[in-house]
Amino acid sequence: MGVEFIYPEFEVVRNDARCIACRVCERQCSNEVHAFSAERGAMVSDETKCVNCQRCVSLCPTRALKIVKSDCTLRENANWSNQTIREVYKQASSGGVLLSSMGNPKNFPVYWDKILINASQVTNPSIDPLREPMETHVSLGKKPDRISRGADGKIVCELPPQIDLAMPVMFSAMSYGSISYNAHASLARAATELGILYNTGEGGLHEDFYRYGPNTIVQVASGRFGVHEDYLEAGSAIEIKMGQGAKPGIGGHLPGAKIVGDVSRTRMIPEGSDAISPAPHHDIYSIEDLRQLVYSLKEATEYRKPIIVKVAAVHNIAAIASGIARSGADIIAIDGFRGGTGAAPTLIRDNVGIPIELALASVDQRLRDEGIRNNVSLVVGGSIRSAADVIKAVALGADACYIATAALLALGCHLCRTCQTGKCNWGIATQRPDLVKRLNPDVGSERLVNLMTAWRREIMELMGGMGINSIEALRGNRLMLRGVGLNETELRILGVAHAGE
Amino acid sequence: MKRVYVNEAWCLGCHLCEYNCAFANSGLSDMVLALKGKPIYPRIHVEENEQISYAVSCRHCKDPVCVKSCIAGALSKQDGVIRIDKNKCVACYTCVLVCPYGALAPSEAGVMQKCELCLQNACGEPACVKGCPNRAIVYEERGEAE
Ligand code: SF4
Ligand code: SF4
Ligand code: SF4
Ligand code: SF4
Repeated sequence: MGVEFIYPEFEVVRNDARCIACRVCERQCSNEVHAFSAERGAMVSDETKCVNCQRCVSLCPTRALKIVKSDCTLRENANWSNQTIREVYKQASSGGVLLSSMGNPKNFPVYWDKILINASQVTNPSIDPLREPMETHVSLGKKPDRISRGADGKIVCELPPQIDLAMPVMFSAMSYGSISYNAHASLARAATELGILYNTGEGGLHEDFYRYGPNTIVQVASGRFGVHEDYLEAGSAIEIKMGQGAKPGIGGHLPGAKIVGDVSRTRMIPEGSDAISPAPHHDIYSIEDLRQLVYSLKEATEYRKPIIVKVAAVHNIAAIASGIARSGADIIAIDGFRGGTGAAPTLIRDNVGIPIELALASVDQRLRDEGIRNNVSLVVGGSIRSAADVIKAVALGADACYIATAALLALGCHLCRTCQTGKCNWGIATQRPDLVKRLNPDVGSERLVNLMTAWRREIMELMGGMGINSIEALRGNRLMLRGVGLNETELRILGVAHAGE
Repeated sequence: MKRVYVNEAWCLGCHLCEYNCAFANSGLSDMVLALKGKPIYPRIHVEENEQISYAVSCRHCKDPVCVKSCIAGALSKQDGVIRIDKNKCVACYTCVLVCPYGALAPSEAGVMQKCELCLQNACGEPACVKGCPNRAIVYEERGEAE
């Protein structure tokens, strides 16, 4: 109270004429906002605790609830926004680093929304995906530079190991620990049904999920949690995580409170101990060191699995990617500054890194210029929100996209951005058994399959409109894109012409 | 015959099924009008403790003890569904005593009531299942004997 008091951000509005006092909201809110007051014979709420996750709103049987932005306001100030002032107050009270989760919510340009897609008219026919075959299948991995023939004169068909995907989208890394068992189960089952891959993240692989191995990417991060021989063998590919778009340059910290039971066993660390992923890999200080890890992992898996190196999109991304492409890695995954996270310092999430659109365009161009584009496939993530974003990414040069936030939305996430509290009301970013069970993987996997099926249809529609019948023919085809409202520099980096040109 | 089955692993103990049941059997089209400010008399009940919760309603047994025990002939089996004739029930509570699932309970009027799978009300299919947010109860055919 007093100088410490910060007016709550949201108001819980209950329409008393509709509320039947069923107490569903009270039972469902892990933040304990709602309560039944016997004295008043009515429901009451304490909005200071509300994080606006919309769980109560979604379950109230009479639609009696809504959560609104509070209009209690400080004097307007274009320089000192309400948010900034609040953050100063919070830090003045706590003396701590501010934590947040999910992706950068700030008003930076979204280049996807400033790029438009072409369509055929008159001079080249469009294709109807409902009547004609349309290929959305992609394979990721090193591609040969030229056709070579063996001693017998026959073409050598052996390729380095590849990942096969029914569509150019994968679920990106979210560790068991940061998200729940049921969230992992939903992702694994959906990936298997869809013929795509999901990614374990850095927390190891729960023993129950080894059976989804063919549709799994196992991750090796700086903390090396849960990494052992069977784990490396379990998936179709291994990803070395060097960085994450939401928090480039820093590591991770999963509080000991979340290291319980299966999470501790899967991570191979004692219960209750904090899981700290160091900022760098302590054995990687150069591309040569990275090469050693890439080849150690290849040796360990007898060169049967492609190695992905995941980096955050930062200023020198093109040069970094060029180094990675020469390190022996098969796939480079780049995570833009809008990528999500289970917890990150707010300041880093909101101020570090660069947009994925620019990173992708410059990396693809650089690798082409250096004649090493075939050395690697490119996977991009960091806020791919729709099939249109996927199409634009592929046309800018990506082989496939990573999605995580969109997948969590399908599972019920309402982007309240308080994953770091571990009290996710939707059973996603939590380890509390009573909350975890709110996500039934039967429902979750079905919704993921629906979302991806819808995107795949839209991808085919957009390709058909352009007169393209194979996603391979779209890759790097920047002529299919035009910019709107972009300046010369932005257009140059994106390698696209302005609309009207 | 389709029955209501429980997947207790997914039950949240939210009690929505009870409210949806009471509403479906109220005969009213407005939930607020039907349920606001009164005690509810659902035909499904959520059993719970700290570890587990699940919603129980009539199993529509192959060999229903309630039907055998009813002294007034109010309970009967019709197309596999165990139904109660409220006009015949004399509120002796024998069925309440014998049902191993606790599926029978007094209605607001005092005579007993039980789940009849919403086949007799406007819902047409179990309202509890329809409104369950996590598929903790399902209405399906599992090929069990009637
Ligand atoms: S925290 Fe979520 S469930 Fe709780 S009151 Fe706010 S919106 Fe409702
Ligand atoms: S869930 Fe809706 S009807 Fe039930 S107590 Fe809460 S506000 Fe009232
Ligand atoms: S995962 Fe859960 S806690 Fe995190 S933003 Fe989504 S709803 Fe909120
Ligand atoms: S509505 Fe479903 S989840 Fe809620 S108490 Fe009933 S059975 Fe359980």
